[in-house]
Amino acid sequence: MRLRRPIARWVAGLPALALSVALQAGEAPDGAPLRGTADLGVVIERASGRVQVVDTTARASLGAVEGLGDLSHAHVVYSRDGRYAYVFGRDGGLTKVDLLTQRIDRRVIQAGNSIGGSISQDGRIVAAQNYDPGGVKLFDAQTLELLADIPAVYGDQGARSKVVGLADAPGNRFVFALYDAGEIWVADVTDPRRPQVTRFRDVGRHPYDGLVTPDGRYFLAGLFGEDGVALLDLWRPEQGVRRILGGYGRGEEKLPVYKMPHLRGWAVAGRHAYLPAVGRHEVLVVDTATWQEVGRIPVRGQPVFVMARPDGRQVWVNFALPDNGVVQVIDTLEQAVVRTLEPGRAILHLEFTPRGEAVWLSARDDDRVRVLDTQSFATLAELPARSPSGIFFTARAGRIGF
Amino acid sequence: MAFDRWATGGLLVLAAAAASAEPTADRQRELVRLVRQDCGSCHGMTLAGGLGPPLLPERLRERGAAAMVQTILHGRPGTPMPPWQPFLDAAEAQWIVDRLLEGFPER
Ligand code: HEC
Repeated sequence: MRLRRPIARWVAGLPALALSVALQAGEAPDGAPLRGTADLGVVIERASGRVQVVDTTARASLGAVEGLGDLSHAHVVYSRDGRYAYVFGRDGGLTKVDLLTQRIDRRVIQAGNSIGGSISQDGRIVAAQNYDPGGVKLFDAQTLELLADIPAVYGDQGARSKVVGLADAPGNRFVFALYDAGEIWVADVTDPRRPQVTRFRDVGRHPYDGLVTPDGRYFLAGLFGEDGVALLDLWRPEQGVRRILGGYGRGEEKLPVYKMPHLRGWAVAGRHAYLPAVGRHEVLVVDTATWQEVGRIPVRGQPVFVMARPDGRQVWVNFALPDNGVVQVIDTLEQAVVRTLEPGRAILHLEFTPRGEAVWLSARDDDRVRVLDTQSFATLAELPARSPSGIFFTARAGRIGF
Repeated sequence: MAFDRWATGGLLVLAAAAASAEPTADRQRELVRLVRQDCGSCHGMTLAGGLGPPLLPERLRERGAAAMVQTILHGRPGTPMPPWQPFLDAAEAQWIVDRLLEGFPER
């Protein structure tokens, strides 16, 4: 940054020279400068149907893309080249946004009520998970052509369940949970027009979200209707789903939950998984070798996102109302909260830069995104954004289970 | 830290003071924001439904306003619907239901 600005000013005064500099630096045929996308991302502006395209090196917004519909509870996955963001809107809109041109490449309305999606291991299939009509739909990642519909039908009355926790897994599989049915389904989409579904029934009451571990081996579904987490070993699915953290509430009455916790995003650091307790102001620590609880860390409120810094040394936690102005940092060596921050009003989401030197936080009620240094906790930058919610960087393109 | 607890306590006191009266204009704006943003996290920002059912006029009319006020204040045990009593008094819950029945304001 320090170098670039004076050069830009100098170049601006010398148009002829500017041209030759640009040519040396490399240009796309249409005259736009060539650049990679590995340090880009998007910030969702949930109330405006808009996303900002951001640069995590410059810590700046590059522009905005409008017309994406209802983006409350929006989710984003990336094409494997990191150029296109697939934005899943609440209103069933699925929009493929080109980060380089900052334009909409394709857009379809694929359901009435949707909460997110995923992209297959080979990058060819985008899957949307829907509340209404309940199920999963598969799309060609290039064209957004519908390839298959997997209705989440359960029971004998033909009822359809809301789908939650959809994640990709190795073997071109998608794994998801049925909120109303208490089931986990694994869809093998090797032939995307004829997905093969394996059902696991009676996994527990009201699974509310899921995650696939960074190695792609385990799928975990958090349960809202009872204490515990349903666990499926995707390497040995024939062993079925088992229950872990069975009695973590110890039968005590639950505290009210003013926002549902999210599991997605790696909360796995080293050999431990860090999971939000439901109705308890605790983060549960589980050993991923044995899936036994090895600790619980008291925190400020009901955790919503529990996210590990990419190196696993820190775990950052944000909270539901009334503690949604607070973010706490857990040191994974000490297994304790080492820092309590108040980075803004209504912190809805956080995202680490690819190697974790910085974290971006959306402060919805301050209309701003704040960038913090994860070592010193100093503010590195602030970006204006209208009611920002999710922040998603392209590093997700190369990761399992995002 | 302490500040936050105080702020929450403050909300409670405010809520109690406003118990019977129609919410002030400022409070109404806060309530609209609360419903769109925070109820919206489960019911959808457009209130067309999410994990929770739609909060649109037809449906709520069927269910009865009084029952809806009770649901908002006390929640529905065994479901994710939490009790909003720590944040809202009865008059405020009633005001929200009245607005929901006529089509909720955008802002
Ligand atoms: C954490 C998720 C969540 C939040 C936040 C939430 N609700 Fe709900 N709400 C639900 C669920 C789930 C139900 C359905 C409960 C059931 O199965 O009976 C529900 C039911 C209701 C009902 C009854 C609707 C009917 O058709 O019977 C009303 C009214 C309602 N909520 C209003 C609100 C209001 C107002 C707010 C904000 C002040 C709010 N809710 C916040 C999850 C939530």
